[in-house]
Amino acid sequence: MTDIMLNIENVDKFYGPVGVGVHAVKGIDMQVARGEIIALLGSSGCGKTSTLRMVAGFEAVSRGRIHLAGREVHMLPPVKRNVAMAFEGYSLYPTVTVRDNIAFALKAARLPQSEVESRVRDVAQMLEITDILDRFPTSVSGGQQQRASLARALIRDADLHLLDEPMGQLEPQLRTLLRGRIKHFIKERGLTAILVTHDQTEANALADRIAVMEDGVLQQYASPAEIKERPANLFTGTFVGEPPMNVFPASASVSAGEILLNLAGGLVLRYPEAEFAPEVRQSILSRGDVVIGVRPYAVHRGEGGAEAQVVANQWLGDQTHIAAAFAESTVVLVEHDRARLSEGDRIRIALKPDDLHVFDPDSGMAISHGRGLA
Amino acid sequence: MDTVSPLERVLRGLAITVVILFFMFPIVWIFLMSFQTNETILRVPPSVVFEPTLTNYTALITGKLETAAGTLEIAFMRNLWNSLFLSTASVAVGLLLGVPAAYAFGRLKFRGSEDIAFTLLSFRFAPPLLVLLPLTIYFQKIGLADTYVGLIWVYQLIVLPLILWIVRGYFEDIPADIEYAYRIAGHSWFSTFRKIALPLAGPGIAAAGLLAFIFAWNNFIFALVLASADKQPVTVGALAFVTASGIQYGQVAAGIVLSIAPTFALALYAQRYLVEGLSLGAVKG
Ligand SMILES: Nc1ncnc2c1ncn2[C@@H]1O[C@H](COP(=O)(O)OP(=O)(O)O)[C@@H](O)[C@H]1O
Ligand SMILES: [Mg+2]
Repeated sequence: MTDIMLNIENVDKFYGPVGVGVHAVKGIDMQVARGEIIALLGSSGCGKTSTLRMVAGFEAVSRGRIHLAGREVHMLPPVKRNVAMAFEGYSLYPTVTVRDNIAFALKAARLPQSEVESRVRDVAQMLEITDILDRFPTSVSGGQQQRASLARALIRDADLHLLDEPMGQLEPQLRTLLRGRIKHFIKERGLTAILVTHDQTEANALADRIAVMEDGVLQQYASPAEIKERPANLFTGTFVGEPPMNVFPASASVSAGEILLNLAGGLVLRYPEAEFAPEVRQSILSRGDVVIGVRPYAVHRGEGGAEAQVVANQWLGDQTHIAAAFAESTVVLVEHDRARLSEGDRIRIALKPDDLHVFDPDSGMAISHGRGLA
Repeated sequence: MDTVSPLERVLRGLAITVVILFFMFPIVWIFLMSFQTNETILRVPPSVVFEPTLTNYTALITGKLETAAGTLEIAFMRNLWNSLFLSTASVAVGLLLGVPAAYAFGRLKFRGSEDIAFTLLSFRFAPPLLVLLPLTIYFQKIGLADTYVGLIWVYQLIVLPLILWIVRGYFEDIPADIEYAYRIAGHSWFSTFRKIALPLAGPGIAAAGLLAFIFAWNNFIFALVLASADKQPVTVGALAFVTASGIQYGQVAAGIVLSIAPTFALALYAQRYLVEGLSLGAVKG
């Protein structure tokens, strides 16, 4: 049994009266193990910040319970919860220097001066803000304020570190550099952290597990690899991954030992029955109508397969993105070499059973990934 | 580029001159009057050419008012001191009570907080006399009539709503997350108020204090009704210049100059704060 640091049990957040106000967080269940880094990934307004603020104690929990380090905390004031937080809007104290901002909590905890100094130095070096330590927050750039705010959270010995979009303002190079350093810093000290982000790369690079949120609902909570390979539903399937997964409505039937997936425009994909496990076959055929998804990396050109007509071909310097008209929609494929294709060219593409994700069109839930059940 | 036609520029200049003349004329006139005797003030036609004299000021400071009917004792310096004491003490009490209340109204949105805040502000709308008559009777019963404590208490009617509304706006303007960031770092609610909210609202508190001081200083009716001569401020004390042998314009003018000097100096000194405080109050109010 792993050591559970945070347990969020069926938590709801309403802004305004329960059942009437804005329902920002809907029945979230989530556990975080000690020493784990979790990324809370989702589009803007999906309830990430609200979730963090309930954990921190700045917003009341409308329903449900939160346990932190074995204590029930959802009724405790923030000061009693022992969590550190980097705020979305930085929220530095404007009246003191960046150094004092970072050191505040350690001073409140009555750490010896020499230790405070050395820890401030370490974290400032890590985040490349040593040169602005003696300036006031309003006199430094947004990116520097953001790092100061991150430093203020990371320097603490809290049970849980909540980082709300801590790198949103940074340039790409710096972000890449700091990602590695921050991960190392957190892991080295055995801290537990929840990182809010809408950047998948950041989530993939930093997190042990990713919690995908949409519209207040936790869609999937799993490792980055699992989320890629086995998306729990259409939302995670299409939300995570760049470029997004191709999806096509299809109706499944069986004929002469073959499974037929009939796509729009009379397009038919044929697979020998044996390519799918019996229970997958059964599940797909019993529904009839399904949605199939395939990642752009898994769409291959070749002989045989179905026909598509190129509408765009872009070389990005390290990979090619090809978009082609397919089944009255568009299919996107990614290739590693430069493709000599121009608009209007006809290509044939094959979708292998191993790469197919099948979803229920009504609930959006995954039915199968490749040859196995979801 | 901002282009202004010459005609518009002339008109603007003219308008500004008219406004300045309109507002400054009485002040300048009073200032000049304070250096003249009653005879030169009242001569016909009036003239700005005169021989300046300090008799008005010496009369006020020594407390001996020479009139055609003889020498009158006046307590102008005493009044001045009363004004200073009453205003300062009222503002001090007002800040002590009003700032924490403003914080509560600004931060802890509780049921009915908006109504309570508005009720407090509505004291400013009521004609003072309405409050004063019943108060006089109560004050006499409980022995607060004609005491400094009683006056300072009543002055809260002027001072407290002002402070409350201006300072509340300032507290509301502080992002709540700045306070949260401090609280989550292990500080109590009270120390967050003291270390984060108070310093950040400092300019607003100063503006509110100054404004409240000026309003308290200029108050007339409360002290007129509730206090006897030895506790009255200059605003009421100036009545003494209306004597049996006529109004002593020279001394009145000198009294006004002396009595507006402190507020005038304060206002000039803290002009920026005051404008901020006033406009904030106006927008937020
Ligand atoms: N204080 C608030 N009052 C009312 N609605 C809010 C408040 N804060 C957030 N919301 C709403 O709750 C939803 C989730 O917001 P938030 O948690 O900030 O999303 P995210 O951080 O994922 O962008 C949004 O629809 C937002 O408008
Ligand atoms: Mg957010």
